[in-house]
This record gives sequence, C-alpha cells and structure tokens, in this order.
Amino acid sequence: MNKKRSDYRGLLYITPWLIGFLVFTLYPFVASFVLSFTKYDILNPPKFVGLRNYVKMFTKDQDFKNSLLVTFKYVVMTVPLKLIFALLIAFILNFNLKGINFFRTAYYIPSILGGNVAIAVLWRFLFSASGGLVNQVIGLFGAGPVNWFGTPGPALFTLTILRIWQFGSAMVIFLAALQDIPQDLYDAAAVDGANKFTVFRKITVPLLTPVIFFNFVMQLIQAFQEFNAPYLITGGGPLKATYLLPVYIYDQSFQYYNMGYGSALSWVLFVIIMIFTLLIFKSSDYWVFYSDVGEGGK
Amino acid sequence: MAETVDMERMALETKAREQHAKLRRKHRVNAGIRYTILVIGAIIMLYPMLWLIGASFKTNSEIFTSIGIIPKRFDFTPYIKGWKTGTEYTFGTYFTNSFKILIPKVIFTVISCSLTAYGFARFDFPFKKQIFGLLISTLLLPQVVLRIPTYLLWKKFKLLDTHASLFLGSAFAVDGFFVFMLIQFFRGIPKELDESAIVDGCNSFEIFIWILLPLMKPALVSVALFQFMWTMNDFMGPLIYISSVEKYPVSIALKMCIDATSGTFEWNQVIAMSIIALLPSIILFFSAQKYFIEGITTTGIKG
Repeated sequence: MNKKRSDYRGLLYITPWLIGFLVFTLYPFVASFVLSFTKYDILNPPKFVGLRNYVKMFTKDQDFKNSLLVTFKYVVMTVPLKLIFALLIAFILNFNLKGINFFRTAYYIPSILGGNVAIAVLWRFLFSASGGLVNQVIGLFGAGPVNWFGTPGPALFTLTILRIWQFGSAMVIFLAALQDIPQDLYDAAAVDGANKFTVFRKITVPLLTPVIFFNFVMQLIQAFQEFNAPYLITGGGPLKATYLLPVYIYDQSFQYYNMGYGSALSWVLFVIIMIFTLLIFKSSDYWVFYSDVGEGGK
Repeated sequence: MAETVDMERMALETKAREQHAKLRRKHRVNAGIRYTILVIGAIIMLYPMLWLIGASFKTNSEIFTSIGIIPKRFDFTPYIKGWKTGTEYTFGTYFTNSFKILIPKVIFTVISCSLTAYGFARFDFPFKKQIFGLLISTLLLPQVVLRIPTYLLWKKFKLLDTHASLFLGSAFAVDGFFVFMLIQFFRGIPKELDESAIVDGCNSFEIFIWILLPLMKPALVSVALFQFMWTMNDFMGPLIYISSVEKYPVSIALKMCIDATSGTFEWNQVIAMSIIALLPSIILFFSAQKYFIEGITTTGIKG
C-alpha cells in the first residue's frame, strides 16, 4: 500500500462480516462455553451446575470414552493416508503426461461430491453384506463375504475408506504447488550435478512443506468433525464401533436435548482439535520451509 | 593425429547417442509406469460411481448379483417410482425446497463476501491486522462448537423450521473461507486501476462496482459454485433446523428414503434418487471445472 488511506470506509465495507462474526461466531462460541456449565433441556431455563458436566464425562460416561477412542482411531487412520495418497498422485501427475486434465478430474470428483448424502447411500450398497459390489469383487478372489456393517472393525474401515477416497481436493492443491516450483531451481540443480533423489529431497520436498502443513491442519480439523458418514452409513454401530464424537454430540444435543451436556462435549472436542492444531503449528518450525517469496505468495 | 581425433569424436558421438536412447527408453518406461498407476487408480476411484449409475436401471435382484455396469435391460421404473416417493410429496417438492435455500444463499454469499473482501483488500482501518486475524481464526474454528447456540438463536428469532434459517447467515459473510479467497483475488488486481478511477472521479463504491467486480468475475463464479455444492451437500443444517416434511431439501428427503426402504426391497429406487440428487452437482462440476480448481488452488482450504 503506497499511500495510506486510513479511514473508516474499510470498516463500512466489512460491516456485514463484522455483524456475522459477532452474531454467528463470537456469540455462539461464548454461549456454548457458558452453557457447558449448565443443565439445559430447552423447556426449562438453564441451571448452573458448575463442572458437573465435565466431571460426569470423564468419570461415568462410557459412551464418551468410547466415542473419543473411536474418533482418534478414525482420525489417525484417515488423515495421514489421505495426505499420502494426495501427494503420491500429485507427484505422478506432475509430469508431461497427455491427458493430465482427465486424470485430475477423475481423482478430484469424489472429493467434490463426497459430502453428498447420495454418496452415503452409495456406500451402503457398495459394502452391503449380501451382494454389495465390494463383496462381489473380493468373492472373485475367493475371499468370503464380509459382513461390513455387522462387524466393528470392518464398519469403521468402510468410513475411513470413504474419507480417503476423497483425497482429490488435497491432491489438486499439491499439484498446483508442484507446478509452481520454478524450473530454474531444477535446472540449477542439474548443472550442479545433483541426482534425482537429491533434487527431490532438497528442492521438491522443502518447497512443498508449507502446503503439506496447511493441508495437514485442515484435514485434521475436518476429520475430527465428521458427522455425515457415521450418521448416515453405519448409524454409529455396530456396538457403537463407529460412534464418532460428533454423532454422540448430536444425539446428546438434538435427540435427548441435553444442551448443557452437549455443549460441554463439543467444548472438549474443540479443545482436543485446538491442541492438535497448536502442536502442528509449534512443530512447523522444525519441518516447514518458508522461502522468501513475500507475503501471500501468489 | 587427425585420425585419432576423428575416432575419438566418433566414439563420443556414439556414446552420446546411446545415452540419449537410453534416456528416452527410461523416459518411456517411466511414463508407462505412471500411466498404469493412474489408470488403475482412476478405475478404482470411479468404478463404484459408474456401478451405481448402472444399478439404478437394474432390477433389484440384478443389482446384487452382477459386477458389471451395463444392466441387462434399461428399466426406468425405479426413477419414476422413486420420484414419487412414499410420502405425499414428490422429489419435485424437495428439489424446489433445495433451490429455495440455494438461490438466496448463493446470492447473499457473493454480495456479502465480496464487499467484505474489498474492505480488507483495499482499505486501511483501525485494528485491521487484529480483525483480519479474527477472520483467519474463523477458518480454523471447528464449527461443532457453535451448533447448539446457533440453533437456540434461530429458535429465539422464531425461524426454526424455515428455509431462512439455512440461508440468512450468509448475508453476513459467515463463510470466512470465501472472504479469504476473494481477498486473495483482489490482491492480484493492480491498485493503479483504482487510482486512475479516483482521478476520473469515481468514489470507492463505484470503483468496486464498475472496475473491480467485472475483473473478479471468475472468482465470484468460483464462490457461487462452491457455495452451491456445499449447500447441496449440507445435511446437518437441515437435519437440525427443518422439521416439517414439506420443507425438506433433497438431502433430508434422501435420508428419509433410506429409512423408508430399509425394511422393504426397493433399493433401485433409492439408488435412482441418489443419482438424481447428485445430478445438479455433477452437471455444474463438468460445466465449470476450471473455476473449482482455480478456487481451491488460490486458497487451498477444502473441497
């Protein structure tokens, strides 16, 4: 900005967002924190109960413990694999290939449509125990039909596969970052006699780390909040093996109308997500490489 | 003397040629490997969806006995019966409801987000850095923590069970992602344009409307498309806010179909309606693919 136009017109333009922020973000944020110390069933006014919700959660509530565990399992299984697939396919695509656009589209579509309820329907049929596509295919290899939704492990597996299947958006971001790496750098390395592996390790990977960092954080935040798939596909079962925390929060809040307890649960989930996010941010000093490309990049 | 030099050069040339050929071979093998992986990967990714499309024309017994995509006989009754649904409304009603949410939401989003982004990208105002920090932090804020109070807020406004509860928020740029995306685009437009317009006597709002917005068209299209997709996919919002069947959008209607058919055996109808539910998104995606890709690569947040 060469000339400072310090004035209030800017504030005027951002007014819609400011109102939205205060009413639909800041207020609910504070309100849910306050509600988490109450017992509230909507019909009667909230009653202050101190830390009782939190104490109950960590001492008596078996469902909470189970959901927390399942959520961790889900996140640990999905996030790294999703990023690895995204990176791998991006590397393979980042080559003078004919038809790159076709492949990029093919891999990108699932992530665009994946959140749709229709895809959840599709998943139920794919993994259907009697004659679903997956059982038909593994039957060709002589493997017996798996009762996907009737067994805890396989049921969670179907949900993780669904998330990993949607690696396309992360891949598109990686691919764009790869294509942004200036050719000069590779040329210079070639002149210096660097071999392929060195180039990959010293140029490609460092320049990708900011994007990896970014995708990692976003994927983690989203995975922790997955609701549609467990709710629609497995209904949390069998034996609550896919009862992810967001589904439990939904049940507590909008099925049983325990709004106070629901708020406390969502705050615990919020704090867990924040801890992970902060850990990644802190660790970024050690592995994320920032070049001097100026603010905002492109 | 001259002979040895010639011979040396010849030897060198053959060597170079051999090396070149080797490299080319290696390149070809390399490309071959890449294509193989990509093709196999693409089949695994897309086959389930194609199978589903095929299944929607199959008879119920054929769905669960054939791996192939092409049905023995194309049967449109699943579509006709599925469209009618088991309720007193057809999918026509549910689609209309979806669009009653979608259209205002997309319009509100484009207007409120572009105004806000303009404010952030082109003006200096008190506490701008801190406010911008807040905007960025909303991108990382897990929405799950806002859900209960937001529900109570709509209840207080007496807007529960209305479509307005699903789109009114977007009049206030609640999707920080889009604001951020548009700010990035605004930054790409040279400030000299604004300055010359000031010389011509334009005020800041005229600059926004007549100079910048036309240049932002691709970005605005991206915003509209993403919002369309996300609203079409949105399930939890309507699940919590909408309680009367006649106001259900497609996503909830589809869930209702699953529940209704889980006892019976009308799978092909559910599949057919899933395809119909995906159709608007698929058509939009293929007709405007580049906007999606541009959109996520400038901000790289989600998809």
